[in-house]
Amino acid sequence: MKSVSITIDGKAVEVPADYTILQAAREAGISIPTLCHDERLEPFGACRVCVVKVEGARALLPACATPVSEGMRIWTDLEEVRRARRTVIELLLSDHPNDCMVCERSGSCELQDLAYEYGVREPRFQGERHTYEVLDDNPLIERDYNKCIVCGRCVRICREVQGVGVYDFINRGFDAIPGTPYGRSLPETPCEFCGQCVSTCPTGALVSIPYKGKGRAWQVTKVRTTCPYCGCGCQVDLHVRDGKVVGASSPVMVGPGQGNLCVKGRYGYEFIHHPDRLTRPMVRKGGELVEVSWDEALDEVAGRLKEIMEENGPDSVAFLCSARCTNEENYLLQKLARAVVGTNNVDHCARL
Amino acid sequence: MRIDSPAALERYCEEVKEKKAKYPYRVSVCGGTGCQAFNCLEVYEALVESIKENDLEEEVELKLTGCHGFCEMGPLMYFQPMGTFYAKVDPKDVNDIVVATILQEGEVEKYLYRDPVSGEKIHHREEIPFYKKQVRLLLGINHLIRPQVIDDYLALDGYKALAKVLFEMTPEEVIEAVERAGLRGRGGAGFPTARKWRICREAPSPDGIKYIICNADEGDPGAYMDRSLLEGNPHAVIEGMAIGAYAIGACEGYVYVRHEYPLALRNLLVALDQAREMNLLGKDIMGSGFDFDIKVAVGGGAFVCGEETALIASIEGKRGMPRPRPPYPAVKGLWGRPTNINNVETWENVPLIIRMGPEKFAEIGTENSKGTKIFSLVGKINNTGLVEVPMGITLREIIYDIGGGIPGNKAFKAVQTGGPSGGCIPAEHLDIQVDFESLQGIGSMMGSGGMIVMDENTCMVDIAKYFMKFLCEESCGKCVPCRVGTKRMLEILTKICDGEGTPEDLEALEVLAADIKAASLCALGGTAPNPVLTTLRYFRHEYEEHIYNKKCPAGVCPALITIKIDPEKCNGCGACAKVCPVNAISGEKKQPHVVDPELCIRCKVCMDRCRQEAIYAE
Amino acid sequence: MEAENCHCMQRFVPVDDLRPLEEIVNKYRGDKSAVISIFHELHETYGYLDEKIMEELARRAGYQLSQLYGLATFYTQFRLEPVGEHIIKICHGTACHVRNAQGLIDEAERTLGIRPGQTSPDRKFTLETVNCVGTCALAPVVVVDGKYHGRMTPSKMQKLLKQYTEKGGTGEDED
Ligand SMILES: Cc1cc2nc3c(=O)[nH]c(=O)nc-3n(C[C@H](O)[C@H](O)[C@H](O)COP(=O)(O)O)c2cc1C
Ligand code: SF4
Ligand code: SF4
Ligand code: SF4
Ligand code: SF4
Ligand code: SF4
Ligand code: SF4
Ligand code: FES
Ligand code: FES
Ligand code: FES
Repeated sequence: MKSVSITIDGKAVEVPADYTILQAAREAGISIPTLCHDERLEPFGACRVCVVKVEGARALLPACATPVSEGMRIWTDLEEVRRARRTVIELLLSDHPNDCMVCERSGSCELQDLAYEYGVREPRFQGERHTYEVLDDNPLIERDYNKCIVCGRCVRICREVQGVGVYDFINRGFDAIPGTPYGRSLPETPCEFCGQCVSTCPTGALVSIPYKGKGRAWQVTKVRTTCPYCGCGCQVDLHVRDGKVVGASSPVMVGPGQGNLCVKGRYGYEFIHHPDRLTRPMVRKGGELVEVSWDEALDEVAGRLKEIMEENGPDSVAFLCSARCTNEENYLLQKLARAVVGTNNVDHCARL
Repeated sequence: MRIDSPAALERYCEEVKEKKAKYPYRVSVCGGTGCQAFNCLEVYEALVESIKENDLEEEVELKLTGCHGFCEMGPLMYFQPMGTFYAKVDPKDVNDIVVATILQEGEVEKYLYRDPVSGEKIHHREEIPFYKKQVRLLLGINHLIRPQVIDDYLALDGYKALAKVLFEMTPEEVIEAVERAGLRGRGGAGFPTARKWRICREAPSPDGIKYIICNADEGDPGAYMDRSLLEGNPHAVIEGMAIGAYAIGACEGYVYVRHEYPLALRNLLVALDQAREMNLLGKDIMGSGFDFDIKVAVGGGAFVCGEETALIASIEGKRGMPRPRPPYPAVKGLWGRPTNINNVETWENVPLIIRMGPEKFAEIGTENSKGTKIFSLVGKINNTGLVEVPMGITLREIIYDIGGGIPGNKAFKAVQTGGPSGGCIPAEHLDIQVDFESLQGIGSMMGSGGMIVMDENTCMVDIAKYFMKFLCEESCGKCVPCRVGTKRMLEILTKICDGEGTPEDLEALEVLAADIKAASLCALGGTAPNPVLTTLRYFRHEYEEHIYNKKCPAGVCPALITIKIDPEKCNGCGACAKVCPVNAISGEKKQPHVVDPELCIRCKVCMDRCRQEAIYAE
Repeated sequence: MEAENCHCMQRFVPVDDLRPLEEIVNKYRGDKSAVISIFHELHETYGYLDEKIMEELARRAGYQLSQLYGLATFYTQFRLEPVGEHIIKICHGTACHVRNAQGLIDEAERTLGIRPGQTSPDRKFTLETVNCVGTCALAPVVVVDGKYHGRMTPSKMQKLLKQYTEKGGTGEDED
């Protein structure tokens, strides 16, 4: 890729020609606020909080959606720029409930962060506010469009990334809002409950019901792990509070999933603290399952395997691996089968 | 008949002309949408009948055409070569008119046009002040063209400009000609057409495909120039587009027509078929090796779809939500290919430029604005209709000389140009020249050609509110400044009209206006504050009257007026009392009546009932 | 002009007859961008875009229902509910506005008890405002069932509506 020279806030930088102003600025260490932008999605240019001044342009331009061009001179922090952003934030807040106190997203809400940064407590402009019913028509995703800023990220991620298309914008003008056709509940749509829309929502409009009320951003510690469900290896941050997993998310643009998860990777963690979960090995003794130590359990397995092999040869044994194991674990399993036991009977649970 | 060379076109045109030369007379009836509302079709039927009855079929060429411009006066009949012009014709008198005008070589006095200023009857169309000052390069041929008959267009040397371009000019020469003519876009911003074409011509396309689009969405509420052009002379648009396609290197064109224009749509579809049949469109046009065809896309009722990127989204079958530019459509447009969009009137000017020669075209108009512009002159004006004037004419000439001034001896207050993106121009600027820069200089814009005249009874705060409401409803809702900002501005304006405005409201309007302009995604939001800004600039006192004195000087805003009956004028007929929905009017028969201000809801239903004009608002 | 001359419901195909839908879908097969044209045709056939018709369209022509609903709520020409017997369109273009179209709208709202965009519960009237019907010379203009009424005033509007609201009322013109 060819590169172009531009200046941002007087600083000369050289960036690839296919960069947006936002990418160039981030690379130059200059921060520009965004709301409708998500690196996983095509630029949209709707919220206008990322506007910057480009010399020669008639109006302000959205950094997230404007490609750089040779010789561009960009200003990100002029008074006129800050003023326009501030008005945009105030306009958003003029149709937004004052609910940070109990809002699930408080602390990780992009709108709240902006209001904080620009010092907006009470918007100068007041007027009609929308009142929508809060929708919790399913066990996983709650939709409270009173908090929606119509950034369209949910609409776009469901279509662009997930390829499902549960939502679209409905109505236009002041009444434009994302939603399902005919106000249908999510189970009445092709929704896969991947929670991708929740993951991209910048506000508390979309929240995950299983994780609701269990801990806000600053109360949890994120523990990076690999999703246990399939071999893709999506990276997952488990949200841990007081030794308990209270939520899960995926770091954006990291690992094979790039921040995207499926329903299992996002919501399938109930088992962790479930009372039915086996936490120690058990061996059936006299028809009864009895808790034993790992050593005893492994000795038992090794002993029985040896016995069977001696009696009927190695091919009387088969190894079934699992999609829930990592590639490395599966590799080790087949190694054990081929090199130690000496059989090629290796298969996978998904084929059974 | 397939035309396979310029010579064949020449021959065909001559044949058609000869055929037409046989008729000594021609009668043209306007069949445009405006006149159809006045039953012009019945007039035309009566005309056909009468011609048959009087055995004049060999003598008279009959035309049911597109708009003649003087829509106020429909149904219209225009007799040639006499030049006699009849207005507001009643179908039952058509036969008398035919007999008197053709057989007796006289006229029917009753239907002659009467000048509202001088009161005189005028015999010839060209003497009517409404027509006299116009330069009707585009509209002037409408009365000769039956939109569904291609021969009528060919008789006027139609498609010869295309032949010339295809066989005698290189694409670059065509662009240069348009450049020398100084043509600028008629759809709003006045962008130089040649520059736009060149960018698109030079833009690389992944597979070589490029598109051109004719923007016939005409969303300005109160304007219908493009409808009349497309409806009355669709072949000129087709020819213009074919020339543009050749210059740009496009193989396919679209006309995006609003669904509210069924007649324009039908005439266009017929014209396209005819052009294809004659090899004036499609593969290997006139044997030149150049391929170009046109498809039609229909809108669904959204003003924002006039915006280029929204229009493209709409053609692609999506919600008409604009996207940020750059990249501009000329580089990345319809289905990701370089796309050039021009307005109907822009396209119609193209064949004209080739036919007249760019230098001749450039003689009309001002230094930077060339040619003519069509305006839809409506509102509080005597002569309502479409007027085509040379650029550089003054507003005063349009309003007083062509438009005949303000009806009812009312005082002129303002003229609004540029539609919802434009502004209101006060009397002090009436002598300004009509061209792109001058109008912009005073806070308005040329726009697509709406020109709405307002008199002393028009409230400027109410007008600002009207446009804001329109834009608020038409906002696509994608970007925040426009989606929420126009709503907040509308709320403030409503508050002021309701008599609840405060001085801080004016400040809030100005803050919002500036930031909405600066931060909106597309030009809808980018220009939405203009009507408010221009009224604040020129009519601030009216806002202040509303806010400080709780008065609507024009007598419009219901919350700020009182309905009164002038006892001097009232004869006590009681008509008003009968229609009042809340029984607020009382009085003895034959005695002056009175309005109970407590009950009155200021609906003004009573006002137009009173023949004494005794009821007034203050 | 010629559009929408008669608004009696017989004019429209009942929504459980899917044959016209099938024809329309076939006509545009393979052209995913034709959805607005399809909507117009469905509208002319069925009178409005019924939920079931939309579902069938999505299924047969391969659209997402969300997308169809998004489109239908974006473009003002499409109705999601059946229309009334009489359609009253009041032009609220600029030319009509400066000649008191608002007074006509207020009058219609008062008389019919519905707001623009609504249909009366008895399905007798649908009230709509439109932007410029292209006859500004006649402003303000009201179009009832395709018939143009120009140079309207609130009191003429009152009379015009009476002709429809009072059964058999002729609205004898006193002017
Ligand atoms: C909100 C909005 C509405 C517009 N509506 C129209 C329209 O109805 N007709 C039109 O020709 N141009 C309209 N325009 C301007 C077009 O986007 C575009 O600039 C024009 O068609 C270009 O043609 P021109 O260069 O020939 O003027 C509109 C622009 C905006 C922002
Ligand atoms: S969405 Fe954000 S700004 Fe809104 S209430 Fe929740 S935390 Fe506060
Ligand atoms: S959960 Fe997934 S499939 Fe369902 S709406 Fe959200 S993004 Fe679409
Ligand atoms: S629900 Fe969330 S992601 Fe969707 S538009 Fe609203 S704020 Fe944006
Ligand atoms: S300015 Fe208005 S119409 Fe344009 S994109 Fe923004 S919301 Fe839509
Ligand atoms: S304005 Fe309306 S309410 Fe008032 S007196 Fe006249 S008819 Fe009655
Ligand atoms: S209609 Fe006029 S003249 Fe008759 S009673 Fe009313 S105010 Fe008096
Ligand atoms: S982040 Fe750029 S416009 Fe929203
Ligand atoms: S429509 Fe007949 S003169 Fe305009
Ligand atoms: S504005 Fe009403 S007809 Fe044009």
